[in-house]
Amino acid sequence: MSLEPATVRRIAKLARIRVEDDEIAPLQTQLNAMLDYVAQLGGVDITGVEPLSGGAQMAMRLREDTMCDGAIAEQILANAPDRAGEFFAVPKVIE
Amino acid sequence: MSLTHLSIKDAAAALAARKISAVELTQAHNNAIAALNPRLNAYITTTPEPALAQAQAADARIAQGNAGPLTGIPLAIKDLFCTAGVRTTAASKMLDPFIPPYESTVTAQLLAAGAVFLGKANLDEFAMGSSNMSSAYGPVENPWKRAGSDAKLVPGGSSGGSAAALAARLCLGATGTDTGGSIRQPAAFTGTTGIKPTYGRCSRYGVVAFASSLDQAGPMARSVEDCAILLGAMAGFDAKDSTSAQRPVPDFQASLARGVRGLRIGIPAEYSVAGMSDEISRLWQKGIGWLREQGAEIIDVSLPHTHYGLPAYYIVASAEASSNLARYDGVRFGARVGGEDLIDMYERTRAAGFGAEVKRRIMIGTYVLSAGYYDAYYLRAQKVRNLILRDFTQVFDKVDALLTPSAPTAAFGFGEQMNDPITMYLNDVFTVPASLAGVPAMSVPAGLNAQGLPLGLQIIAKHFDEEMVFTVAAALERAAAFSHLPTVRAA
Repeated sequence: MSLEPATVRRIAKLARIRVEDDEIAPLQTQLNAMLDYVAQLGGVDITGVEPLSGGAQMAMRLREDTMCDGAIAEQILANAPDRAGEFFAVPKVIE
Repeated sequence: MSLTHLSIKDAAAALAARKISAVELTQAHNNAIAALNPRLNAYITTTPEPALAQAQAADARIAQGNAGPLTGIPLAIKDLFCTAGVRTTAASKMLDPFIPPYESTVTAQLLAAGAVFLGKANLDEFAMGSSNMSSAYGPVENPWKRAGSDAKLVPGGSSGGSAAALAARLCLGATGTDTGGSIRQPAAFTGTTGIKPTYGRCSRYGVVAFASSLDQAGPMARSVEDCAILLGAMAGFDAKDSTSAQRPVPDFQASLARGVRGLRIGIPAEYSVAGMSDEISRLWQKGIGWLREQGAEIIDVSLPHTHYGLPAYYIVASAEASSNLARYDGVRFGARVGGEDLIDMYERTRAAGFGAEVKRRIMIGTYVLSAGYYDAYYLRAQKVRNLILRDFTQVFDKVDALLTPSAPTAAFGFGEQMNDPITMYLNDVFTVPASLAGVPAMSVPAGLNAQGLPLGLQIIAKHFDEEMVFTVAAALERAAAFSHLPTVRAA
């Protein structure tokens, strides 16, 4: 399987990374090399094998659904590139 | 002996006996960093003044007679750990500027134990790499040199700054993180010692996430015992990390003197890969001999899916990275590049903030998770991961620990292995399987190659049996008696 330039553009769009025209060809080469490399997994017999999603050998831990932290708006906003009062500010979304 | 060449154990004893002060010890390191860091670039950020203040507090604590295990010990902190009030970069432009308002659990525990933080150590951008060449703050120079050559070599990665700082005597111990080998491979490249603990042993809270099912913090130091001391302070249950293990932290130091007599040590056939240098093969044989001489039983074993570790890793890690790094959108923290609208702002911010390797991994991760490809790539890789875990589970019915090389080569030069990403990935061929399985693994320096560069051996044990890892590592360390010093180092 080999990625076409249009697919590279689509992946970049999904990943929210702006890609200039002259970056497409080298990205296509590099991404295809990675896909060629991982293609060897196709040779593994995975019949009846469950997927392993986590690193921990344990069931997910649950906690009480109660507030345990909060009222730290200033700390949360301290690194914001732009803010308006107690809110993160972004470019206008709705015209 | 010079203050910068002390072990953590000896420094702690000298501090407790009031033979040296924490201020003296920290100042010696501050001086060494001022002299050598402009060349080595092992630290992205140095914090000499706060370090001295911490050292003064340490001296006061020692005088009061309530010193902790690390009181007054100067450490380098990989710049992936959030440190309250101190810039944290993850070696990426994306987080410039970012000053965490909170402390990671691991560093908070180290501070509670009395440690002094000298600064934030360099790394590959977002811990993605095996050379430290992908740092937005420039590469790190390995303090080791090939005999008769002044060519700059890489310290390995991603914890390359931590490893270089240790080797050059710019700290007594360091924190690292290991997702696919990022503690063990740089330890091997710099003649230092590092352990990736069992997944879940150290809290991930406040560690900038790369691949959450694989990321694990661990100590790096210049001896097995120093690693045991550091891990004792770093490990433990944390309610803020949903995969933190609810287990007591054993006395790791107590495991060092147990000896390997009667232990069954497995030698996995699949780690004898094509293209492995003769030097690495010979070192491995030497390590096997050392353990046999000390009374261990050597058993040939098989981990049949080893070969599939790297491709499975690059799918799983890239998929998780694409998800984790979605948070860098220029809204809540870090850099922002303005755009015509919100989407354009995201795309321009991420294009400017991420380096080439990070972009590649995000894009591969995005692709393998996208509709139509998820089953063929991501789901298949997760199943292969389960087979790799099964390999380890089955082999640990037969043996107590495994011995393998840490990396397929010694440190390579700046610019070497940079032709294509896959060549760089092959550095992690011996370290990735233990990461996928979540089992603890450690690299100890075992000798030099013909060019005078350090080589490491890796010890792997079953889940939560770091004590076994330390027992075998200590036996190897005693036999190897590795006392070589790098070319570039503090006096």
